[in-house]
Amino acid sequence: MPEKLTTIDYSFLQQCMHCGMCLPTCPTYDLTKRERHGPRGRIALMRAVVDGELTVDEEFSKEMSYCLGCLACQTACPAGVDYAQLFEAARAEVAVQQGQNNTASRFWRWLTLEVLFMNPRLLRGVARMLRIYQKSGIENIVRKMRLTKLLPASLRNVEPLAPRIGEYFSNEIIEAHEKPLGKTSFRVAVLTGCVQDLVFANINRDTVDVLLANGCAVDTPPLQGCCGSLHGHNGEPTLAAELARAMIDQFPPKKYDAIISNAGGCGSHLRHYSRLLADDPQYAEVSKIWDSKLRDIHEWLAEIGCRAPLPSNESSMVVTYHESCHLAHGQKIRLAPVSLLRLIPCVSLVELNESAWCCGSAGVYSITQPETSDVLLDRKVRHILATGASILATSNPGCHLQIERGLRAAGSEIEILQPVTLLARAYRREQTSSQTL
Amino acid sequence: MSSSAWINELVDIVGQDHVLTAKIDILPYSFDGTATLKQSPLAVVFPANTAEVAACVRLAMQHEIAVVTRGSGTGLSGGSVPTPNSLVICLVRMDAVLTVDPENLTVRAQAGAITQKIDDAAGEHGLFYPPDPGSIKISTIGGNVAENSGGLRGLKYGVTRDYVMELEVVLPDASIVRLGNSCVKDVAGYSLKDLFIGSEGTLGIVTEVLLKLLPKPEARRTMLATYARMEDAAETVSAIIAARIIPCTLEFLDQTTIRCVEDFCRIGLPTDAAALLLMETDGHPAAVADEAERMEAIARKMGASSIRVAKDANEAAVLATARRSAFSALARLRPTTILEDVTVPRNQLATMVSFINEVAARYGLMVGTFGHMGDGNLHPTFLADEKDADEMKRVHLALNEIVTRTIELGGTITGEHGVGLAKREWLAQQVGDASLSLMKLVKHSLDPCNLLNPGKIFH
Repeated sequence: MPEKLTTIDYSFLQQCMHCGMCLPTCPTYDLTKRERHGPRGRIALMRAVVDGELTVDEEFSKEMSYCLGCLACQTACPAGVDYAQLFEAARAEVAVQQGQNNTASRFWRWLTLEVLFMNPRLLRGVARMLRIYQKSGIENIVRKMRLTKLLPASLRNVEPLAPRIGEYFSNEIIEAHEKPLGKTSFRVAVLTGCVQDLVFANINRDTVDVLLANGCAVDTPPLQGCCGSLHGHNGEPTLAAELARAMIDQFPPKKYDAIISNAGGCGSHLRHYSRLLADDPQYAEVSKIWDSKLRDIHEWLAEIGCRAPLPSNESSMVVTYHESCHLAHGQKIRLAPVSLLRLIPCVSLVELNESAWCCGSAGVYSITQPETSDVLLDRKVRHILATGASILATSNPGCHLQIERGLRAAGSEIEILQPVTLLARAYRREQTSSQTL
Repeated sequence: MSSSAWINELVDIVGQDHVLTAKIDILPYSFDGTATLKQSPLAVVFPANTAEVAACVRLAMQHEIAVVTRGSGTGLSGGSVPTPNSLVICLVRMDAVLTVDPENLTVRAQAGAITQKIDDAAGEHGLFYPPDPGSIKISTIGGNVAENSGGLRGLKYGVTRDYVMELEVVLPDASIVRLGNSCVKDVAGYSLKDLFIGSEGTLGIVTEVLLKLLPKPEARRTMLATYARMEDAAETVSAIIAARIIPCTLEFLDQTTIRCVEDFCRIGLPTDAAALLLMETDGHPAAVADEAERMEAIARKMGASSIRVAKDANEAAVLATARRSAFSALARLRPTTILEDVTVPRNQLATMVSFINEVAARYGLMVGTFGHMGDGNLHPTFLADEKDADEMKRVHLALNEIVTRTIELGGTITGEHGVGLAKREWLAQQVGDASLSLMKLVKHSLDPCNLLNPGKIFH
């Protein structure tokens, strides 16, 4: 069974020897300087719950939702504490013991976790309606007439945060099976994600193009389920396990050299299915194979020796790179995206101060903790503006949306692109320049 | 009940937002970086300035409540673990690095300033603050002063005490004193600042410090020597010192520690080596080249199986960071990490290292040893499980033997972590009854009501 705090192996908690090395890397400790809001304090609270010294009350629940889950502490921790597991178990404990109290948040939880993100067709249907709302001008009319005032407060606050739904969904621009022009060296599957699919389908297209340019035959099934990352991170391990089984059924791992994820948050969850399904006799073994095949796109390209795009007459562009928490800290992939960017002839890369400090997006954090989220966003935007870059590269849809909101509010035009998009464009320029030759 | 009355007065001093009393808020203040010690305080208060600290102390005095001072809570002897029914005064709000004076080579900072930030501020003027405890990224300078912290560069540059020029201290009677001076030479009266350095929060609360800075060395070279026998590494250190070379760093890691650190850092440390020495020399480029060459020759003569020279400052920094993680990285192996801090004269290192391993084997315990070998400071770390009473008893017996042997060899029970709670039972054995009585006399003179950090260092 997926773990709750009260059922998790006690040694996970004992692993923390409270040395405090995590404190300077924790965004909420840094803001408040309170132990309760730092990793070792939170672990102490979790341990107190297990030891029966503390009850899972509203305050405990608040603390667990105040944590971003950015996992910077896990990178800093010499003792090897698995904070991700502890944190998910604590949130699961809260969901079981506490979550039922607030009707509004219960409704949103139910609608998102139990309905929308369990059913990809329904999710796309809702997205289509949202797209019409946004594109038809109804949204502008509603906002001008301040009709959003009629919405309940919880919805009113979320409405401006709703991402612009993309022109296309992934299946409209990616074939189910695509083959490289030259020799096929690898067979891979691309996971299109949920937010990525609805908002950034073009990034999925770019991902496929870059894979094709590197000798990979790519399977991209048109309708894919949610990977369960949202559920895992938000205290719904049983639903997460159900989604994991569906993913494995749809992508039998033995068929592929690699199963590719291009969203940091999803990848961080996707590569640990074997934990989620360890006690499932039917899936325990296959989930281990799944984990061994799961690759972040940058990691995979670095592994197979990504081909450098040919130089073009494109003028040089100054790029800086923001590390998504779940790519850097969750998956420990830090060098690969930078080395891919360095491969692109016209890219001049400048370092971003605090590049692996959370931008405040953190899943649904910008909705649940808007104030802290905005403080972190301001900090991130300040550092980005200081680089003088014209392009910010990042690799997670949550970061992308959050930072875009921050940059635009600051009046900045800096473009936000994924490293794979920059690579895909460079490969496309090769084709156009060879055609003109 | 009167307890809420004094809490209300506390709120009047610092404001509602800066007093914690709820269980969930204060529970994370019941420990520091020391294993197995845990005690919740009555409340935690966060003063904004020295006047507020003094007001809190006065209030505690009036209500006869013990006061435990805390910075970032990274201490390794239980110095900031609350005593029963105590008020924790946490200084993290007083974290300003006030002024760097590049003409007089000093820096002034509030007690809650992070040590690393002090060094960073000095660095902007081409200066540096030498003491660099393992927890430098988060430890506060006030805590460093209270424990007289050392670090990786102690061998050449000394410890916190060697850099403190002036202190502002709140005494147990709530008066505020300034001790020391901003002059290089100052012999006006007793050197009382020295009494407070390393006093572990038992005599007063340090609220502001003036520290000496040094110019950054022009050159440095970092080397990593690998050994098939631990004793050979220890002999290398003794031989380097005997050859009149004073490098800035001579750090030792045994095999258990090497493996844990490599598991965390993944920087290609030799996990099959029995021991390694991290050696660094800094200063004038010509002197650095000469010292490095002689150290390398000595290491080879003493049986080093390989020597790797860091190719640049970045690689040197990576190696130092890896070394700094040693203590915490050892926690990977077992649930409870009991760190010791025994220090012996440097010609006794090989004897001590062998003895530690022999004792561990005899009691059936897992031990990882690392430390600042250049100054004789070893950190034998027992890896155990606090829930196993028998194992914990064996750890205690082993520690007892190690301490006794250390004292026989002319060593000290603690080189840089302080006595706190963890080493209290061995203090008399080391310093003798007369010295202990003098310490108690000093404590009683300054703090007759036993208000500040009672029960730390001695009963």
